[in-house]
Amino acid sequence: MLSLTWLIPMYPLVGSIICGFYGLKIGKDKVAKVACGSVILSFLTTLLVLGGYANLPEGESIYEQVMFTWIAAGNLNIEWGYQIDGLSLVMLMVVSGVGSLIHIYAVGYMYEEYSFYRFFAYFNLFVFAMLILVMGNNFLMMFIGWEGVGCCSYFLIGYYFDKKSACDAGTKAFVVNRVGDFAFLLAVMYIFKLFGSIDFSHVMEHAATTVVFESEDITIITMLLFIGATGKSAQIPLYTWLPDAMEGPTPVSALIHAATMVTAGVYMVVRCNALFVMAPITMWIVALVGGGTALFAATIGTAQYDIKRVLAYSTVSQIGYMFLACGVGAFTAAIFHLVTHAFFKACLFLGSGSVIHGVHGEQDMRKMGGLKKYMPKTYWTFVISTAAIAGIVPLSGFFSKDEILYHSLMDGNIMFWGMGVCGAFITAFYMSRLVIMTFHGKYNVDPEVHPHESPAIMTNVLIVLAILAAIGGLLGIPIMHGAHFLKHVLAPVLEFDLATAIDHSTHVLHEQGRHAPHWGHLLEHHEEHNVLTEVLLMGFSLCVALAGIATAYLFYIKFPSWPEKIMQTQGGFELVRNKYYVDEVYDATFVKPTVEGSYILWRQADAKGIDGTVNGVAKIIGWFSQQARVFQSGFVRNYALFMVMGFIFFLIVAF
Amino acid sequence: MFLTFLTFLPLAGAFALVFIPRENEKTIKQTALGVALADFLLSLSLYGEFDTTTAKMQFEYSTPWIESWGINYHVGLDGISLLLFILTTFLTAFSILASWEVKKYLKEYMIAMLALGTGMLGVFIAMDFFLFYVFWEFQLIPMYLIIGVWGGPRRIYAAVKFFLYTAVGSLLMLVAIIWIYFIIFEQTGTRTTDILYITEHLNVNLSTQKWLFMAFFLAFAIKVPMFPFHTWLPDAHVEAPTAGSIILAGVLLKMGTYGFLRFNLPLFPHACNDLLPYIGWLSVIGIIYGALVAMVQEDLKKLVAYSSVSHLGFVMLGIFAFNEYGLQGALLQNLNHGVSTSALFLLVGMIYDRRHTRLISEFGGLSKPMPKYAICFMIIALSSIGLPGMNGFVGEFLVLIGMFQTDAMLATFATSGVILAACYILWMFQRVMFLECKNPKNENLKDMDLRETVLIVPMIILVFWIGIFPRTFTKTFDASVAHLASKVNPDNFRPGGHKKDEHGGHSEHAELPQEIVQIVQSKK
Repeated sequence: MLSLTWLIPMYPLVGSIICGFYGLKIGKDKVAKVACGSVILSFLTTLLVLGGYANLPEGESIYEQVMFTWIAAGNLNIEWGYQIDGLSLVMLMVVSGVGSLIHIYAVGYMYEEYSFYRFFAYFNLFVFAMLILVMGNNFLMMFIGWEGVGCCSYFLIGYYFDKKSACDAGTKAFVVNRVGDFAFLLAVMYIFKLFGSIDFSHVMEHAATTVVFESEDITIITMLLFIGATGKSAQIPLYTWLPDAMEGPTPVSALIHAATMVTAGVYMVVRCNALFVMAPITMWIVALVGGGTALFAATIGTAQYDIKRVLAYSTVSQIGYMFLACGVGAFTAAIFHLVTHAFFKACLFLGSGSVIHGVHGEQDMRKMGGLKKYMPKTYWTFVISTAAIAGIVPLSGFFSKDEILYHSLMDGNIMFWGMGVCGAFITAFYMSRLVIMTFHGKYNVDPEVHPHESPAIMTNVLIVLAILAAIGGLLGIPIMHGAHFLKHVLAPVLEFDLATAIDHSTHVLHEQGRHAPHWGHLLEHHEEHNVLTEVLLMGFSLCVALAGIATAYLFYIKFPSWPEKIMQTQGGFELVRNKYYVDEVYDATFVKPTVEGSYILWRQADAKGIDGTVNGVAKIIGWFSQQARVFQSGFVRNYALFMVMGFIFFLIVAF
Repeated sequence: MFLTFLTFLPLAGAFALVFIPRENEKTIKQTALGVALADFLLSLSLYGEFDTTTAKMQFEYSTPWIESWGINYHVGLDGISLLLFILTTFLTAFSILASWEVKKYLKEYMIAMLALGTGMLGVFIAMDFFLFYVFWEFQLIPMYLIIGVWGGPRRIYAAVKFFLYTAVGSLLMLVAIIWIYFIIFEQTGTRTTDILYITEHLNVNLSTQKWLFMAFFLAFAIKVPMFPFHTWLPDAHVEAPTAGSIILAGVLLKMGTYGFLRFNLPLFPHACNDLLPYIGWLSVIGIIYGALVAMVQEDLKKLVAYSSVSHLGFVMLGIFAFNEYGLQGALLQNLNHGVSTSALFLLVGMIYDRRHTRLISEFGGLSKPMPKYAICFMIIALSSIGLPGMNGFVGEFLVLIGMFQTDAMLATFATSGVILAACYILWMFQRVMFLECKNPKNENLKDMDLRETVLIVPMIILVFWIGIFPRTFTKTFDASVAHLASKVNPDNFRPGGHKKDEHGGHSEHAELPQEIVQIVQSKK
């Protein structure tokens, strides 16, 4: 069944073309069928491929399918090829699975839109690009998907293109992503220079024996890759586009800006784990940025009133956790959290969409409240997902977040763990705040609006996602060691022989007559999974989550006057509510100087400097010619005068 | 002979037009289009018959012309010029169809277009310096007329500027050609202007190489145009009619890059290597400067013109990477620019025809009245900023990866162009196509009609075709590029002069495993 691999991305591509070109002709219902059908077909094909993968002979863990040679020049040979292994299969399942659900939901959500077909054309195209991203067998294939999803995200954020804020947000997302892409491209070139190939299988296999451990080369490469990841996955310092991206329709936020595209950076880091492990400095920075973002974005989340913006900051924060996991080398935990996050965050976004749909487009939580009785299904699914993200046992988020926290303490240090725990507390707080402000408390909805539950097509999807969010933890229950399903699946991808790498690096450095640092301690094994520590940590994080929820309860139910008071007395609150003025700072330091500088370049350097010089030269020549005209006046007497003068001059010179 | 036939067919068509009475506008247009289209279709057979395994000239024809000076009528095509030739026949037909609405002096216009076609084709096939120079100067005249007669309000200024700039450059080239003529006569005793013969036998010391290089450089750098010789381009583009801009961007600029590939690199490889830092940085400045200035333009055509400066910077960078990646990338990027930028000019021309303005501030919200147009514009715009899967990306990537091998710092700065490109294109797109349709004049604009659709669809197909199956095109470059790269390889000119083996490892390390060699090199 593995030979069907190439079909997986084809369905959404064809679907997109049909929707885009014939969408208006065939009508909304057919568009819906084509769009959803194509993604479901991808999902089913993924299942078939999964079956084929399970039957691979012992010892083989990668299946590669090469379609044709894409780019070739000199020694460079880049194929249009797909790669199936544990990691890409997990991602494929998430993308096509969650993708199908969100497509179905979107049929209900977008049904009233005139440009229904346009939406689904973009949406299917996005799935196509995302599938290419996770299936590509080399860096450049990945880059097709990488930029492709960015581009679809641009279209979909700017879906309501007559709104200026939506257009600005789309452009911002594209440009900020391009900053990351710039670094990614440089990394690819550097990799080619070192490895002579950009195929994943080649690079990862030879990473240990091609580059020197901790060397400048590998640190630069991994740093560049990571900058690429911060762009796509909205981490510090390139996260600013994601909150603005909420201008897009809510299914877009759920699929692109929560479940799939923004986690592409995590996927990429895990895919390149062999490179990252060779660069401990980068790993430390990844963990720091991840942990920092997890905490930083969470604090902003506490002070937002737009329901989708809270979720957006929450997404930034949760992806921070994934990078924290990557940074301490817990790649499995990162993917685990990626999967569970896809479930519960998709559910939360779609739930918020259901709320927005129910109150006719209102997104400000201050104008909601008490919606519980109007939309019970939305409410309960929302609560389950909130509990999952907050980390309440036994929901999925509890296990994945706990695994990250465990590793950040054991493989990292107390600082990383501290960041994670504080983030977890704040997460529980702002998510509970969100639930309370929306569903509980005083009914603040505009009297002209009559809130109602969303249609079944939407709520059914919510229920499925809530179930997934609840039981997703089964993928990786930590204590049952043998049963950690994800670890088993990802093991071949994460296989890396540090000993060989260190041996080789020491050898190379000695060859060059340089001193090799002492790397021996890196090979000492930590104690095997310490069950007692883990259970203690689990208990602790559960307490933290409960404390967060309790705080929210105190603030927003028990003593609703408290937030007001804090707002008035604490200057810091303004800072947080204005998102630490990061957007304003970027605007003043990058955007404005660039635009204004460009005007100066054009008006001064180009028009006056260069063109002025050229025209000046022309004028000078013209002036000389003007003077020379005197000599050709056409009057015989003048010519006679010149002849006489010339004759006299000649006489003087001659004698 | 076939090549000669293809080259002069448009000129013959121009002569035929002379005898058609000017009242028969339809006949004039159809004849012109028919000739150009036939030329294009026939030229496609060149691709079929082209042998991709050799770097030698193909379809060669040579006959004495001015024997006492050793001047021959010698033409031929190789991997470097083949696709440029086909691009030219294609764009000639394309631009004639794009000028369907021309009313003023239609007959003369079509004659000029066809004559221009012959001039441009001749530049790419000439294998004799004298012949090359004749064609090089010949194509200036019809272009000068097209800008000067059918152009916008400041057309005379623009036309004269265009003409003088190019003429100044080519005069220096003429001096260099004459100099080479005497050097070759001294060295080999043969009086000849044959390019192939000279390329093989020219042997001059470094300082002479540099002088000659500079003379050619000026001619071609103005044509490309490289920063800071670019200021004629925005003026020429803004004033030229749509078809003029298409030809100007699509073909005329390529003559500059072609000149570098045909003359500067093979004739003066050592000087090229020595001057790489200067030219490399000028190209990078061009990339960034062009993009920045493009960003703040108020006129759509000027924006596209400055973006050309940026794009051509990539081509130059690829050429001066001196390796197969960069050279292939440069050649492909030539083609890409010919497709994407021509299409952009066409699209800008479409709304100019409707609104008689190109000021960005006059537009906004065009997606509503013109959805088909919006989609086409989007695709072409994205191809121009190098979205993977479309044509621009393949060329840019090859150029950058090539330059990265030669000089990583230059490549890094050049890569920042991808960010700026996104800025200027998307910002422009937003202001023209998105937002509310506020200007009542835009509310009822007609969407693309059949002729316009027929024009843009092949471009869109090409955009994706080159993006996904670039091998269809780059395979014709392989042999010629490999030959050229071996000639200008920087290792030939390093002190000590050891040659690189195929894998990029130095021979002194031949006994070490490949991985270690790479590490050692990266440490140097």
